[in-house]
Amino acid sequence: MAAVSITVNGKAVTGDVDPRTLLVQFLRENLRLTGTHVGCDTSQCGCCIVHLDGIAVKSCTVLALQADGGNVLTIEGLAKPDGPLHPMQEAFRENHGLQCGFCTPGMVMTAVDMVHRLGNELDEKTIRHELDGNLCRCTGYHNIVKAIAAGAKAMKGYQQPA
Amino acid sequence: MYAFKYHRPGTIRQAANLLAKNPEAKIMAGGHSLLPVMKLRLAKPSDIIDIGRVEGMNTIELKGRSIVIGALARHIEVANSKTVKDALPALAEVAGMIGDPAVRHRGTLGGSLANNDPNADYPAVVLGLGATIITNKRRIAADDYFTGMFSTALEPDEIITKVSFPLAKKAAYQKFRHPASGFALVGVFVSKRGSDIRVAVTGAGSNGVFRVKAFEEALKKRFSPKSIEGMTVPADGMNTDIHGSAEYRAHLVGVMARRALAAA
Repeated sequence: MAAVSITVNGKAVTGDVDPRTLLVQFLRENLRLTGTHVGCDTSQCGCCIVHLDGIAVKSCTVLALQADGGNVLTIEGLAKPDGPLHPMQEAFRENHGLQCGFCTPGMVMTAVDMVHRLGNELDEKTIRHELDGNLCRCTGYHNIVKAIAAGAKAMKGYQQPA
Repeated sequence: MYAFKYHRPGTIRQAANLLAKNPEAKIMAGGHSLLPVMKLRLAKPSDIIDIGRVEGMNTIELKGRSIVIGALARHIEVANSKTVKDALPALAEVAGMIGDPAVRHRGTLGGSLANNDPNADYPAVVLGLGATIITNKRRIAADDYFTGMFSTALEPDEIITKVSFPLAKKAAYQKFRHPASGFALVGVFVSKRGSDIRVAVTGAGSNGVFRVKAFEEALKKRFSPKSIEGMTVPADGMNTDIHGSAEYRAHLVGVMARRALAAA
């Protein structure tokens, strides 16, 4: 076993893990943060995307130990439990950017990362290209793309609550 | 995944010492080549030596007529680097075509080359430019480095530290992408640097990345798609799997080479 300490959604957490533990397992099984999903487990579908030190990563392909000392943001940390939704979450709700919801946490985390890297004005082509690593198998991408464009605009000046 | 011991050395020297002491150990950088094969139990390292945080290994520098890139440079860093985009845009394009954005955030140049996946993109650009692999021990020419599928000239305790890419007047990469994984079903990198003409193919060969000497010869007269019109490679030695037959891949080599030449 090996000690791991990570800041997850602003809170310092520690654990004693088998070195094989993936970041997504640590989040889901040790911390019970089950918003981050495991879809394919082969770094293709993007359901497990979280932000590690500010960038989007597939947490099924990162060891918890590789994130030791790092800062992780999951879908649960985007908005306060009792506060309003994050603008990107709100845009997904408003635009019906989901059906079954399984891929949604990864979609939202990818979308927020997209805005951080590319700004608030995202055209359809850019969004579709950037969604390369996120698979949706039910609702189709049309409303997801619309939601991301609207959410990106709505994020202008938005400050992530601490 | 099989159990392993985890180490996080602070320097490449420490990492090399750990490697020398543990013959079944593996180096991990971003983990995007190694972790997937460990999950499939195709690799069973006794120890994982995580060099992902060794400092100063992701530099990108223009040195004379070459770009020298640290082994830990992530694909996104190479794809977005102004130095690379200005001096060797084809290299930035290759890096920007690997996997998807989240994969490019973690995967590294050195990791991709050490793994030498037969469908990976970087081997094509390294061989297609005649780059030099720099390790903690020596410099290895691309032509001597790739020794077969998942196999390289690296010695057991040797670690890639940098790669030096010579600038080329004309260079381009075209790949026929596997739609789910993003890996190359066939990818062809072409370059012209003085009289040195190279055509390197990834994804197609059952022995990993290779050069197409017949195409290179034909391109000596004129570096243009016309020079290799109608040319193809033998289906012998091409990969066959559910994604495409050997004949299909052989055909694609010609098609992608012509597209790359048109783009160069």
